[in-house]
Amino acid sequence: MSALQLDAEQLYKTLLQGVKGLIAATPQPLHLAGVTSGGAWLAERLQRDLGLPGSVGVISSSMHRDDFAQRGLAISAQTVLPFEVDGAHVVLVDDVLYTGRTLRAVINELFDYGRPASVQLAVLVDRGGRELPIEAKVCAATVALPATQTLELARSDDGRLSFVVENKKEA
Amino acid sequence: MARNPQLNKNGELIHLLSTEGLSRDILTQILDTAANFVSVSNREVKKVPLLRGKSVFNLFFENSTRTRTTFDIAATRLSADVYTLDIARSSTAKGESLLDTIANLSAMAADIFVVRHSESGAPYLISQHVAPHVHVVNAGDGRHAHPTQGLLDMYTIRHYKKDFTQLSVAIVGDVLHSRVARSDIHALSTLGCPDVRVVGPRTLVPGDLSQMGVRVCHTLEEGIKDCDVVITLRLQNERMSGALLPSSQEYFKSFGLTTERLRWAKPDAIVMHPGPINRGVEIDSAVVDGPQSVILPQVTFGIAVRMAVMGIVASHDA
Repeated sequence: MSALQLDAEQLYKTLLQGVKGLIAATPQPLHLAGVTSGGAWLAERLQRDLGLPGSVGVISSSMHRDDFAQRGLAISAQTVLPFEVDGAHVVLVDDVLYTGRTLRAVINELFDYGRPASVQLAVLVDRGGRELPIEAKVCAATVALPATQTLELARSDDGRLSFVVENKKEA
Repeated sequence: MARNPQLNKNGELIHLLSTEGLSRDILTQILDTAANFVSVSNREVKKVPLLRGKSVFNLFFENSTRTRTTFDIAATRLSADVYTLDIARSSTAKGESLLDTIANLSAMAADIFVVRHSESGAPYLISQHVAPHVHVVNAGDGRHAHPTQGLLDMYTIRHYKKDFTQLSVAIVGDVLHSRVARSDIHALSTLGCPDVRVVGPRTLVPGDLSQMGVRVCHTLEEGIKDCDVVITLRLQNERMSGALLPSSQEYFKSFGLTTERLRWAKPDAIVMHPGPINRGVEIDSAVVDGPQSVILPQVTFGIAVRMAVMGIVASHDA
């Protein structure tokens, strides 16, 4: 699939079905946690559409990033995990899976809050280019994108999701 | 125009020497980053790895317990290795110059120097002589500045009052000798606070302070009337021995903050103090322990603010 054909709303439906299956195959207690910011929007919507009880978790990679010295501290939403992490089956939700470095940082962040029973990953898009051994259990689409381009999820005021493809700014 | 010595050529913060001359964007960036760090203290693992492998040297040429400890905790929660040097009792006492001390510590691969010094400008002098990857954070220099205290005061005010542009803030006490007051005043004016008052006797709050854009008040009633925030400063004992003040009892009679007098301020006004507190001198015990006091939250926020400052400077090179 080319990046231009990515319809985030359409892909969300596929993600929803995939996560439904994942939940059915996972023991309780199970909790969703979305990676800020795109993953958090998705997790919030999945929680609602699947009628899951309680509040969805939000998790930020900023405290554990490995490029802190180069990029500085990105100010983003904070981690809020409104459930007991110890012993929970946590499903991380993110918009785009790329190098895997964000997820590595997110998993470290999660373990700062306790010892989950298991951690799984659901993403809207896998764009390849992995630099770490991290894979998604659920993935709505795979797309090949050159390293010079960034792919980000955007959310409009009425909650509709779309993908934004941009050429990387020169550092 | 010369560049602010705290910023690199991209306008990023590389040293924190003073709140003076820092833009609203930079102050806000520090406060926003601190907000992210407040929650770290509530985790099961109270530590994040941002400064892992970095060495922070605490250089306290002047005594301090609280500030030094909170810098210690802040650096440790960022996973830095922290070395605290009791400089007052070490080489300096043997005659080594300040810059020689710094050169020696730099040779031990320091990344951040946290400096407190009785001489105004000492942290600036150090910042001019360190390697490009080394950062200096001022933890209080002479009468000049105490920027992390100023920033934690701003964090506290923002936490309780949200918007600076509607606030009246009174700073009560020995404003003349206070580096905290100076750092607060610069930060408040940059953040858009329209009404800053300095309150105290003429000997400690001279009229020419109005040049800093504040209102000078010589009675407590005028000074704190209808204000949203009362910052009480510590009355330093050493001032009592000179001609500046008759006695601590006299001072308390005119400017001590009591529950009755606090009623002059707005009913929801918060009371702050940089510590250490002299109960019964500048502030009554009932106010310190009362519902409007946010003195202990200030201490907690101070750790997050110091984490933010060290995290931000460490991520930029000169």
